[in-house]
Amino acid sequence: MVEKRRLICISCPVGCELDVTLDDGKIIEVEGNSCKLGLDYAEQEIFDPRRMVASTVRVKNGFHPLVPVYTEKPIPKPRIFEVLAELQDIELEAPVAVNDVVIENVLDTGINVIASRDMPKV
Amino acid sequence: MLKKDTYDVVIIGSGPGGLAAAVAAKKAGAEDVLVIERDMELGGILLQCIHNGFGTEIFKEDLPGPSYAQRYIDESIELGVETLLDTIVLEVTPGRKLFVSSKQHGFFEINARALVLAMGCRERTRAMIQIPGMRPAGVYTAGTAQRFVNIEGKMPGEKVVILGSGDIGMIMARRLTFEGAKVERVLEILPFLSGLNRNYVQCLQDFDIPLLFKHTVKFIHGKNRVEAVETVAVDDKWNFIPGSEEIIPCDTLLLSVGLIPENELSRQAGVELDPLTGGPYVDESRQTNVPGIFAAGNVVHVYDLADWVTLAGYEAGKGAAKFAMALRASEEAHIPVLAGNNVHHVVPQTINKRSLEDEEIELQFRVRTPVEDRVMIEVHDGKNQIARKSARYARPGEMNTITLKPKNFADVEKASSITVDVNPR
Repeated sequence: MVEKRRLICISCPVGCELDVTLDDGKIIEVEGNSCKLGLDYAEQEIFDPRRMVASTVRVKNGFHPLVPVYTEKPIPKPRIFEVLAELQDIELEAPVAVNDVVIENVLDTGINVIASRDMPKV
Repeated sequence: MLKKDTYDVVIIGSGPGGLAAAVAAKKAGAEDVLVIERDMELGGILLQCIHNGFGTEIFKEDLPGPSYAQRYIDESIELGVETLLDTIVLEVTPGRKLFVSSKQHGFFEINARALVLAMGCRERTRAMIQIPGMRPAGVYTAGTAQRFVNIEGKMPGEKVVILGSGDIGMIMARRLTFEGAKVERVLEILPFLSGLNRNYVQCLQDFDIPLLFKHTVKFIHGKNRVEAVETVAVDDKWNFIPGSEEIIPCDTLLLSVGLIPENELSRQAGVELDPLTGGPYVDESRQTNVPGIFAAGNVVHVYDLADWVTLAGYEAGKGAAKFAMALRASEEAHIPVLAGNNVHHVVPQTINKRSLEDEEIELQFRVRTPVEDRVMIEVHDGKNQIARKSARYARPGEMNTITLKPKNFADVEKASSITVDVNPR
């Protein structure tokens, strides 16, 4: 069975509109992409959509009350709110350094959540 | 207090434009580079942009704003850029003198051989788009809400309507959703998206947040706190379409309705602004109409990517360093010409040593008291004689001269001042 899907590529700021044709659940054609990233995105988005997740966690004795954190790589889209729930329970202790691991292998995805800045102690 | 009162390059603002200018100025040879930031830390608005999407052009990596800022903060510190935090520039003169104030140092002045304006932009407010209605709490610009949520850990509200489909508005729709708020709707008066497509996908579409084009807010309801907004559809000329009104109960209205380059300081400095951009007219080195004053980033025109602001900052920093070093070389080449024994004054009072490389310089002077015997007119650097000539007499009523020649250049080059004496023989 042939099926058409329209996607907007989020690989870069251009945001190409992709027309994807599937046959029996397999991609047979991608149109509208302006680079190779679009092809990879279509494959990923249709079979295993993933997103980068950025949020904050609380920090004790920090220059600010929060430290911004993010997933090193995109995580499965349906699990975004589970990752956010894990972050809710965390409280770090300042000082924190950029790229410090905040959660290792979050939800067994093989992906770490890391700090996105230094947070000096006050 | 500051180590110096004169810097090669002074940069106002430490966002992506300012930090890039600082790094580039150092790399281009400027020795003393100072960044002035009014916030308590370097990084500017990048620090509250905790979402990804930064660095794809420059680093070919997908970084959050704070990580992107951290790279430039670290690099500036490594390169020896000086910083003044929690410090506000009150005024800039066309001669590049800055009047500055901070809690720590009080009021003081800084001279810049070259200046880079990197103050960024400001959000348009409710008053600027004149939304009718009550004036309750709960109406924020998207960037203000972003600071509350991402830096200060405070939620602006629970049920939210967002006016404008700019990037910050869409990013805040997702962010507030992450933190448990319900974003009822995003309204855009134009028939198309103001922000990037990818933000529509990953901020609105992913979370089923409705986006309505050709819609705006007609009225804000609520006495102390926003209670609802009345939305309305508009035609192509932005006239309200009667009968399309809808009341949406909510406690918060966020505005993502455009950014305006921040040029209050630029105007005082005599920098001419382009009415189309709201920012200074600049050349390819990002120099404004005022020599030695450069500008880069959102202060010039509003960018959609921080990476491009960084690239503009590099250009401005390079241009500013070049200007400052040329000025410094010229300052260092100029030395005073002093009136010594029995000399009342000498003109010119300063000379550019470099001009002696290929042309003569005539020093004109008058003596203080008459000498009716032969005299020796001598030019020296305090230790060594550079030139001399004798004269039959010296009278205050008759101007006298002695000429430095290109053959004297080697001696003059070493001098930090030269003195003319008229001594008896």
